[in-house]
Amino acid sequence: MSSNRILTMSRAGREALDWEMERRDDIFCMGEDIYKFGGIFGTMDGFGAKYGPERVISTPISETGFIGMAAGAAMAGMHPVIDLAYIDFIGVCYNVLLNTASKTHYMSGGAVKVPMTLLIGTGGGYNNAAQHSQCLHATVAHIPGAKVVYPSNAYDAKGMLHTALRDENFVIFLTHKGTAGVGWMGTPIKTTLSEVPDTPYEVPFGKVKVYREGTDVTIVGLGMSVHESLKAADELAKDGISAEVVDLRSLVPLDRDGIMESVSKTGRLIVTDEDYLSYGVSGEIIASVVERDPTVFKKPPVRVTTPDIPIPFARPMEQAILPLAQRIADAARKLMA
Amino acid sequence: MTLTPELRRSFFEKMALSRAFDDAMIALYWEGKLPIFAFGAGPLPGELHCSNGAEPVGAGVCGALSADDMITADHRPHHIAVCRGVDLDRMSAELLGKKTGLSQGKGGHMHIYDPAVNFASSGIIAEGMAPAAGMALARRLQKRPGIAVTFMGEGAANQGAFHEVMNMVGLWKLPVITVVQDNEWGVSTSKSESTAVDRNSDRAAGYGMAGEYVDSNDPDDIYEASVRAVKRARDGLGGTILELKTARLAGHFMGDQQGYIPEQMKQADPIPVYRAKLIRDGVITEAEADAIQAAATERMAKAMQFAKDSPYPDASEAFDHVFAA
Repeated sequence: MSSNRILTMSRAGREALDWEMERRDDIFCMGEDIYKFGGIFGTMDGFGAKYGPERVISTPISETGFIGMAAGAAMAGMHPVIDLAYIDFIGVCYNVLLNTASKTHYMSGGAVKVPMTLLIGTGGGYNNAAQHSQCLHATVAHIPGAKVVYPSNAYDAKGMLHTALRDENFVIFLTHKGTAGVGWMGTPIKTTLSEVPDTPYEVPFGKVKVYREGTDVTIVGLGMSVHESLKAADELAKDGISAEVVDLRSLVPLDRDGIMESVSKTGRLIVTDEDYLSYGVSGEIIASVVERDPTVFKKPPVRVTTPDIPIPFARPMEQAILPLAQRIADAARKLMA
Repeated sequence: MTLTPELRRSFFEKMALSRAFDDAMIALYWEGKLPIFAFGAGPLPGELHCSNGAEPVGAGVCGALSADDMITADHRPHHIAVCRGVDLDRMSAELLGKKTGLSQGKGGHMHIYDPAVNFASSGIIAEGMAPAAGMALARRLQKRPGIAVTFMGEGAANQGAFHEVMNMVGLWKLPVITVVQDNEWGVSTSKSESTAVDRNSDRAAGYGMAGEYVDSNDPDDIYEASVRAVKRARDGLGGTILELKTARLAGHFMGDQQGYIPEQMKQADPIPVYRAKLIRDGVITEAEADAIQAAATERMAKAMQFAKDSPYPDASEAFDHVFAA
């Protein structure tokens, strides 16, 4: 008998990892402070005591070293789960992502697999300034050979982590810090919580999820921007504007057809993205629609993103530059005008 | 693990085969590249980093390993691959970018993978170190036998990855042998211009592990030092930085004229040196030495013929293997 509970993303993800680790010897965890702290999102909460230091390895502050080791362990038949805490830290280990974990299967002509799951927290909004607030998902999604997924709610967090742990590839598993439902980020956002079955299930990569149906304008987002879009949609409904909110859920693979389907219906597109404006996901989404059929647009598409500036510290500046609900709603009203 | 005459003879055979491999590849490399040199021209395109001079490292270290052990190499992998027993035909085909290559033409000479003999290489400096340590960690978790050996040049010891990985290998007493091949040169930068200490093996103390330097480029000495390092690893005493003085006779890559190397720093070819030593020691005769070298050339000619006769992959295959299905 399975039963559903309302969980945070953090607890839901933990459940998936725990279930897989109980049954599979090939999974082990590595990361800074995970043995005592249980990972940045509590994904490994209590695992130190349960699985011991051999399978829950707290590492020195050596991301190049331990993520490279994880890649080697994966080549040797393990499935490491790595906690990299903040995506801002990819600078110190990017070579492993760029040249080893993502390319070994290809460069070996399929002879060597690198199954590993890299858990990373993204995003700002809590005044942690320019080096601890970035999203950078486009920076990792740009690497061929890495899958990049980005659940925005508890149901998807559990199902997509099951999927990642059973995938034979390198999966970068992103979670916006503000959506995870961890204590240090305050009260969980209601729309991140979901009913979660206590039994295992997979959510496949590469399918968008229509969070809220609408007919006037499509708002595409991912991670935190989904929830800001939902807030905006509530506001817009008061003005009689019907917004459809589409959660990308996965950047690689990307469900371009799913996006097209929604825009074909509404004829108006806002892409909202907490990553930087230029050379990123927002441009990619718009290009995907334009390549399929530019005539679907009743109005030119709009991007609501973090501008091309470092994330400022002071709250008035930070809140003004993030793609929050107010900016999204304003953009939608303009599109409808 | 004693240095028997049979073992020494096998070192010479492997060194000769490795040299035959590189000589055949060098000969082919210039096809289509003269009189105007271009990396992308000819039947063997791309950069080519040959191992001429470093054969004693491959023979001596690989001679001390067993089938369960795992190797990661760098952008100059031929001598280690040949001495490890990587499939010679398929490795040759891979250098030529053929469908029958180890990676079906997706790797080229810096990216040699042969899981049958636990061999992998990476073209990024020091990037094989952490995977080697991870392979050793995997075997520890799997409770399966096998130590890991990572090969690199002396220039790689100044990469950040070196410090991070050595610290963790020392901290966790992982069975990892780090073979630093000191050929004096990181492209055109000499060791004395790049490295704060004379010997990288001295850095081992900072990581709580053993360090050993072998200054002869002789496979007998390299083998004996490797046996000591392998024993420490298998006995649970952890890793070793094994630095081996060796030679880089063909430059950083083909086309490197090496004008930056002064006359007094010219390096000796270890193959005639070892040949003379074995003859002097009564291990082989002149005639046997000739026969070994001729057999190596002949074997390599067969591998090259296999490579040349093999088809290229279809362009559409570029889209295969991005992800495991």
